[in-house]
Amino acid sequence: MSLFKYSAPSSFYPLAGKLVPWFGVLAFLLAVGGLYLGLFVAPEDYQQGEVYRIIFIHVPSAWMGMFIYLVMAMYAVLALVYQTRLSAMMMEALAPTGMMFTALALWTGALWGKPTWGTYWAFDARMTSTLILLFLYVGYLALMNAIEDKKRADKAGALLVLVGSINVPIIYFSVKWWNTLHQGASVSLTQGNKMAATMLAGMLVMALACWMYSLAVSLCRVRAIILEREPHAAWVKHIREVQA
Amino acid sequence: MMLTLRAKRFVWVALGIVTLSVAVALVLRAFNSNLVFFFTPTEVSQNKAPKDRTFRIGGLVTEGSVQRKPDGLTVAFTVTDTIQSIPVRYTGILPDLFKEGKGVVAQGRMGGDGVFTASEVLAKHDENYMPPEAAEALKRAGHPIEGKVFAGQKPVVTQAGK
Repeated sequence: MSLFKYSAPSSFYPLAGKLVPWFGVLAFLLAVGGLYLGLFVAPEDYQQGEVYRIIFIHVPSAWMGMFIYLVMAMYAVLALVYQTRLSAMMMEALAPTGMMFTALALWTGALWGKPTWGTYWAFDARMTSTLILLFLYVGYLALMNAIEDKKRADKAGALLVLVGSINVPIIYFSVKWWNTLHQGASVSLTQGNKMAATMLAGMLVMALACWMYSLAVSLCRVRAIILEREPHAAWVKHIREVQA
Repeated sequence: MMLTLRAKRFVWVALGIVTLSVAVALVLRAFNSNLVFFFTPTEVSQNKAPKDRTFRIGGLVTEGSVQRKPDGLTVAFTVTDTIQSIPVRYTGILPDLFKEGKGVVAQGRMGGDGVFTASEVLAKHDENYMPPEAAEALKRAGHPIEGKVFAGQKPVVTQAGK
């Protein structure tokens, strides 16, 4: 089937190269639009005033941190079952971006927590499980770099990611299952949203921007990983960047 | 039935995920009480909160209950989940969002006199985001913004079976 054609690094490499600029430009445009909506169009909040505007970074980052981990888990299944080389490479390409977004969510959350709750940090279920997510990303990257043999590293990494993926639903539902300091979801598919329309629009546009950014940088990164891992493949010798 | 190598690997991975999920679910069930960030006044009245060490209580600051003492730093108020309420005393700086009728989480110890002495008071924010005019309009129309229980709290149930 034609779809499987792109699971081969030789055909995925040029495809990714063509897609990167598109996703990059989209990310930039959406980020400009989202920040404009969030910082200039959206009204202030009736309780928090201006402080709430951190959500335009915080919420998309937190979503992205969780979502990228789930995508990595999906690739982990593919890598373990089908043993496709590209799946393992995609995992390695996605991890740094997921880690960055998770760190960003924790950091912006702390900055928001001080004026709102009165503390930077509390060990409630939502925050602790998000911190564990950050450690899982760090652990995965450390593991990948610690094992010399790439095949064995891929296997160990895929297992770690798969085991850790159980943490994502815990993060998401923590505010429902337990009493937490962190508030419940303002936006959910089942219960509608609890935000004014312009605020929500700004947040969703920023979330899309983060998606596009993640696609752009991880595709860019996976191209580098492909070349790094398979420098002697026949097709590599024929691409322009390598010949130059 | 013959399984291909690929199908066999898939079965192993699937089995692993299922086993792990069950294990984590059991662990979470077992640790349920330790994952609770705060106890509600109802839970405290049901003796579910620890007696001899500090814990957190969470709820709404009862309307009209906040009293400032002459020293300017000590505050007394009651925390309610609309069923039970607990008097709290706190000396220190309150967060900006501390308000009557809003969510609060206080850490401290239960005194013998039934007064909770807090060493830290945090504001518990809710998930509603709207402009001030919209909040005002809602209030005029008689819609309670907070709903029946405060944000983030599990529905109050009398857990007879547990």
